[in-house]
Amino acid sequence: MGEQKFVSLHRLAPGTRGIVRRLQGGNEFASRLVAMGLSIGSEFEVLQNRGHGPVIVLVRDTRIALGRSEALKIVVEELERERRETE
Amino acid sequence: MSDARQNSSKGSYATDLERHEQTIVVGLAGQPNVGKSTIFNLLTGLSQHVGNWPGKTVERKEGMLVHQDIKLRLVDLPGTYSLTANSEEERITRDFILHERPDVIVMIADASALERNLYLLAELLVLPVPVVLGVNMMDVAEAQGIHIQPHVLEAALGLPVITLVAARNQGVSELIAAAERLVRKPAGFKPTRPKIAEPHREVLAQVRKLLGQHVPALYREDWVALKLLEGDMEITEKAQSWLPDADWSSVVALLKEHEDAVLDIASGRYEWIARMVRAAVTHPRLGQISVTDRLDRFAVHPFWGLLLLLAMFGLVFWLTFTVATPIQHWLDVYVIERLQAWLASGLADAPSWLADLLVNGVLGGVGIVVTFVPILAVFFTALALLEDTGYLARAAYVTDRFMHFLGLHGKSFLPLFLGFGCNVPAIMGARVIGSQSGRLLTILLAPLVPCSARLLILALLTPVFFGNQALMVSWGLVSLNILVLAIVGITLNHTVFRGQHAAFIMEMPLYHLPNLRSIGHFVWNNIWSFLRKAGTIILLVSVVVWALSNYPGPDIEQSYLARFGQSLTPIGQLMGMDWRMIVALLSSFIAKENAIATLGILYGAGEEGRGLAETMAAVVSPATALSFLAVTMLFIPCAATVAVMYKETRSWRWTLFDVTLLLVIALTVGVIIYQAAHWLGIGVSGA
Repeated sequence: MGEQKFVSLHRLAPGTRGIVRRLQGGNEFASRLVAMGLSIGSEFEVLQNRGHGPVIVLVRDTRIALGRSEALKIVVEELERERRETE
Repeated sequence: MSDARQNSSKGSYATDLERHEQTIVVGLAGQPNVGKSTIFNLLTGLSQHVGNWPGKTVERKEGMLVHQDIKLRLVDLPGTYSLTANSEEERITRDFILHERPDVIVMIADASALERNLYLLAELLVLPVPVVLGVNMMDVAEAQGIHIQPHVLEAALGLPVITLVAARNQGVSELIAAAERLVRKPAGFKPTRPKIAEPHREVLAQVRKLLGQHVPALYREDWVALKLLEGDMEITEKAQSWLPDADWSSVVALLKEHEDAVLDIASGRYEWIARMVRAAVTHPRLGQISVTDRLDRFAVHPFWGLLLLLAMFGLVFWLTFTVATPIQHWLDVYVIERLQAWLASGLADAPSWLADLLVNGVLGGVGIVVTFVPILAVFFTALALLEDTGYLARAAYVTDRFMHFLGLHGKSFLPLFLGFGCNVPAIMGARVIGSQSGRLLTILLAPLVPCSARLLILALLTPVFFGNQALMVSWGLVSLNILVLAIVGITLNHTVFRGQHAAFIMEMPLYHLPNLRSIGHFVWNNIWSFLRKAGTIILLVSVVVWALSNYPGPDIEQSYLARFGQSLTPIGQLMGMDWRMIVALLSSFIAKENAIATLGILYGAGEEGRGLAETMAAVVSPATALSFLAVTMLFIPCAATVAVMYKETRSWRWTLFDVTLLLVIALTVGVIIYQAAHWLGIGVSGA
């Protein structure tokens, strides 16, 4: 975890945790995300991402679905790579 | 109470009389999916009044209740995550607070996602209104191991906090008592307001100073300054008109230096929230897999999710045909026809034109309106159930990739799919779509989804003309509709709706058991509004068409409608149709299935399908039949659909635009099909 990895949200695999670092795509877009809990510095977990189609993240106890082009505009820091165990 | 409200708006529903009787005006606010409508329904019951916000396409619901001899007028505000003017809903909520000056705001929060919910509270607290916080779904939170101590939260926030389980009617009357108490004793409201982050405090003060005396009394300078820093479009425009040019340029210069303020202000709010909940909420990170996550493994899976969706729709259509259709038939035979017979015998002595008008024109129209009710009931129940359980968001998620290239997102899928049953609930159901442009585009596309009445026409007529190939032709025509829908969607998206692509950001709420009372209210409100608004239009149209097809008599072949149809023969010839088919198309405007009955009468075969089949098969060529069916499938929507389209868009311009567009498309496709067949020399003999 020495080096910081800033990537777009759509690159993270399910089960990955991360922190939101930057929101691109303008004020209106950013303020919508922020109001739903995805603010700068918030910690989230990727619940679903199949490499195509929308992504689901869990942030502040809320599941948020994001279109792929929306996820692209969210710059995050990856925390750890830990698959969610299957029961 | 009302003396605090000098700026009361004239547009509101309450009369001055009610105000003098000290009616307390309560605004019910909250983020989406927090159980707000359940609480509203519990409190107001049958006293609800449903309308639209003045000049808006968003529904406004309000109702009265009496609490210990005090009258309260409860206004249900649209569910919003914040109060920045990103959407019409957000603008409505804050305009209501600023202009109508409610006595108190009751904000409902979801206990299982309290921190995100309090973001709205942080925004409400900078507005000039006292707030009571209702923390709902305590049972859901407890089940996840989240413990909330309301009195600790109350002490931190400085405002009344009531815990609720609205689904079981717990805490709802305490909530309203707390609101009423706060209005009587405003001293109970000493909120800890969120402060702006350190780096922007200075600039906020400077902007405020520049605003000086220019801000109208309705607004508060510090709120306006805050919204300017947040880059709020609406307030920016307003402030520019209030301020002298010199001052405005200084403001713009300041704002430019602090463009990053938006995100800092938001982060500041979350820091404030974290401080507020620190002592009051214990939130263990259990890492357990919740019921919602378990269900979502299937519901949002690209394969199983689609299968589940198809199964759901299969169920809805099965219900339509096993429940709604028999009731429709029963209403038609035992209610409408009996009424007609009864009225006819009662009017035996009246002039025959009057009896005919009332029996066939008016009651016939009523019959059409009434037969919509069972099918609407099934579809609205399905829509309410899917939304209330939380499944609707999953359906939107699964279909998003298909809808994307039409410029729509997943939320449009469900209303459009309902269109296969009936276009009316499809258009009304488009309310579930958050963005205005997405909702409008969905409404405009909905009539291209072939409804059950048009599918019935296909089922009846394709075997007549195409025998063994009927099924293939039917599928081809349905596919043609979908293809046209896609083309129109893509075209509108790249022209009229260019650059209005709404971002796909959607909360996936926790699954929960549906609340039957809420569903009942939803179904009733929608059917009632259809009957009230569309009912009269359908009735009028059907009386007019009845008159046109009966005068001057003696039968339809000499009627005005027939003459009109005959005058359109040149257009008809291009599509290979004679005047009788044109008249059938025109009569389908009242209700699509009327096309069959009209063809029956005009081809002199009575209304029996069989006789019609033989006559038509003999005189109509396959090329003509194909073009007639294609035009019927794409033709202008029925009167009911047009009526709700106007009601939902509140714009004759858009409604007429769509009707004209569909007319042009239908006729063009008809001409192309017939001419192509003619040119290729297929299927033109026999005409």
